[in-house]
Amino acid sequence: MVAVIRRSWHPLADTAIAQGHDSGHGAHVSSTGLSNNKLAMWMFLGSECLLFGGLISTYMLYKGRVNSGPQPDQIFDIPFTSVSSFVLLMSSLTMVLAVSAAQRKDDRNTTLWLTITALLGSTFVGGQVYEFTAFYREGLGFTTSLFGSSFYTLTGFHGVHVSVGIIMLMALVGMISRNRIPGDRGETVEMVGLYWHFVDIVWIVIFTLVYLIPS
Amino acid sequence: MAIIERPSSEVVVTGGPTVGVKPSEALGVFKRPAASTSWRDWVVTVDHKKIGIMYGVAAFFFFILGGLEAVLIRMQLMAPSGKVLNADQYNQMFTMHGTTMVFLFVMPMAAAFANYFVPLQIGARDVAFPRLNAFGFWSFLFGGIFLNTSWFLGGAADGGWFMYAPNSSTLFSPSHGIDFWAMGLQITGIASLTGAINLIVTVLNMRAPGMKMMRMPIFTWMVLVVQFLLLFAIPVITVALFLLSFQRSFDATFFDVASGADPLLWQHLFWIFGHPEVYILILPSFGIVSEILPVFSKKPLFGYPIVAMSGAAIGFVGWGVWAHHMFASGLGPVSVTVFSMATMAIAVPTGVKIVNWVMTMWGGKLLFTVPMLFSIALVVQFTIGGLSGVTHAVAPSDTQQTDTYYIVAHFHYVLFGGAIFGLFAGFYYWWPKIFRKQLSESIGRWNFWLMLVGMNMTFGPMHMLGLQGQPRRMSVWTSARAGEGFFNLGFWNRIASIGSLVLSLGVLLFIVNVVYTHKSKKVAIAPLDPWDGRTLEWMTASPPKEHNFDAIPTVGHLDEFFHRKYAQDATTHEITQVATAEEVLAELNSHPDEHIHMPSRSYWPILLALALPIIGYGLIYNRVILAVGVAMVVATMFGWAMEPSTAADDDFDPSAPGDGGGHTKELAPLG
Repeated sequence: MVAVIRRSWHPLADTAIAQGHDSGHGAHVSSTGLSNNKLAMWMFLGSECLLFGGLISTYMLYKGRVNSGPQPDQIFDIPFTSVSSFVLLMSSLTMVLAVSAAQRKDDRNTTLWLTITALLGSTFVGGQVYEFTAFYREGLGFTTSLFGSSFYTLTGFHGVHVSVGIIMLMALVGMISRNRIPGDRGETVEMVGLYWHFVDIVWIVIFTLVYLIPS
Repeated sequence: MAIIERPSSEVVVTGGPTVGVKPSEALGVFKRPAASTSWRDWVVTVDHKKIGIMYGVAAFFFFILGGLEAVLIRMQLMAPSGKVLNADQYNQMFTMHGTTMVFLFVMPMAAAFANYFVPLQIGARDVAFPRLNAFGFWSFLFGGIFLNTSWFLGGAADGGWFMYAPNSSTLFSPSHGIDFWAMGLQITGIASLTGAINLIVTVLNMRAPGMKMMRMPIFTWMVLVVQFLLLFAIPVITVALFLLSFQRSFDATFFDVASGADPLLWQHLFWIFGHPEVYILILPSFGIVSEILPVFSKKPLFGYPIVAMSGAAIGFVGWGVWAHHMFASGLGPVSVTVFSMATMAIAVPTGVKIVNWVMTMWGGKLLFTVPMLFSIALVVQFTIGGLSGVTHAVAPSDTQQTDTYYIVAHFHYVLFGGAIFGLFAGFYYWWPKIFRKQLSESIGRWNFWLMLVGMNMTFGPMHMLGLQGQPRRMSVWTSARAGEGFFNLGFWNRIASIGSLVLSLGVLLFIVNVVYTHKSKKVAIAPLDPWDGRTLEWMTASPPKEHNFDAIPTVGHLDEFFHRKYAQDATTHEITQVATAEEVLAELNSHPDEHIHMPSRSYWPILLALALPIIGYGLIYNRVILAVGVAMVVATMFGWAMEPSTAADDDFDPSAPGDGGGHTKELAPLG
């Protein structure tokens, strides 16, 4: 009977009470052995791949189409963007440290590394804002050319993803400090981490295709 | 989330870290709703069955709406120089007819069946994310209503359901219709995406013990394939709709040919979504008839693994055929050849399914009930539509047919004769499960035959119209251009228009049937297992209790319920009934699971969904409204995130009527 009940039990039973059960009975059970939340996050990220796939395709189609305004290689400041890319990639490292601390139930270090990750992410977004402003001054507006429209749309969508990630990180910090996270804290941090790493990986693709490969 | 064992006090003591504040106090707003009887319960419910019913009711409402639009189109074309609609209204009518039927009827109606029956068929107590499920429904409903408010706000979208660029630019369509269209589809897209993630996780993770993938009913299989298609197709239309909105609202240049843009970009993005979409529309119906045909043939489904895998094959190959919608656009010979061959290839798994259905019926003891009639009609009508589809795969022939009524005939045969007949088969088959009463078979037969005749009268002549050269989306035809002879354009147009009225009468009879069944005292409560069903959803009460199964069954076979009712003699191979449905259920329920803890009601899903159309109006009209919508999204997301899916017992709104929320069910043994 117990076995039957356990099968029916949601693997991420997310009340305090359920956690009590968890620690009483051991690991979660689901048909695949993966937690529902994590599986769902992976599915969502799979879907996101197609979103960025569509945006990147649009950019690749239009990057050379400049009827007016600057060409890509006239305005890209590759050293600057390389530095901000490096900052974003380092945030993946700090995210890993945050997940590791959360799994050790070390709230102090979790909060610390989450905050640092959010700061690194904010630095990247700040760099993007600076870059957009500079490009705009140099004559590349959103409506200037097909290159302009597709460049701002692609990198803008990525920037929005990073910003949403920062909000999630800061929300986690706030909710941890006030003990408001229902469910398994380690897994919650890990899921935000999955999203964060995904956004980083997308940036590697965008940086390579948009900035590094000459048009 | 889903099901949590009811805590014993001992476990609470050994508990891990606890949330310090009661969830309902998280934002200092209302207490968690606990109503279980009034309309309030429907607003805050997270029960997959109630959400399924709401999906069904809302989708049927949009079906009537889209049907009325179609009838107006046919009335306009009934006689030469029609005066029912002007050209502008006609454009809006066919655009909204297509959009409504695809996005607001067939997809959500399939979602209705998926929501209701997938958890039952795999022996689960609910879906993986009940609140997300409720959110999906409300987003669909509000998105659909938002889309249709454009009728009253300066005119609906008028670019056709695939909204080709650059025709969709503000130059050619200055009203807000296309803005509403793009935003409305984004909102229903969110509904589809969350629904897809939810159902995939449910099917993969929440199967009953022993319910291996290859023991899942075909309907569940097809739903799983469809959710993967949605998962990967929706983001592509999302990109396309964003590009369109940015172009229309912020003067981006994506489809501006003067700036050097390539209008084919829209066509590619749309059809990379749009072709998987047609399988999204048809596969749930394939799943429904794969359930019904074996039941009324008294035989197991012929070639179960082949049917499941051909569905998956359709799902894969469906990604490689989108450009057959674009043969006339000058893709070049290599692309045309590749897509032409891929399109022919996808006919193979589809044909395999048809053969399997026919072989299922072959030699069976056929019972021609209404669900069976609709299922057989699907096999026949879809085959006709499939054959005209193969003629589109032949690119030279397709070039001749592009944008003619032949195309309209083709996709109505596969979508009306296929998808919608499958859904109606599902209505009749599962009605006694959902509502305890069986729809009248005699009214049902009238409903079926009128729909069948009406459908063939409406769409059959369109083949002829198309081959004679009548373009689709033409708002009038004149007698001067109707051609010569008796069987000219005028004749076939008249037949098609009369057919649409016959078809409407058939659909009306369905509504009559529903009202009759539920109002008439003569209709008795249906037996537990009215059709001699084979799958798990029949192995529980009708309608199922909130927790679906008193005891989660352990599955040993494909068609588990059948195997519990019947046994085969080892030597004579004769199949005899060993137990009635009632006995099987009583046996299963003799050891009910204890301490079933169902997910709790929540008002966050409907609030979050409500914010989406507010954002939509804000983007179109006013930044202040936009800010309100965004603030609502942020607030409701935090509220949602901090609310445990299953609340502690003392955290409910005490003033609400009902049984205290049904959040805990202590089950008395059934004896």
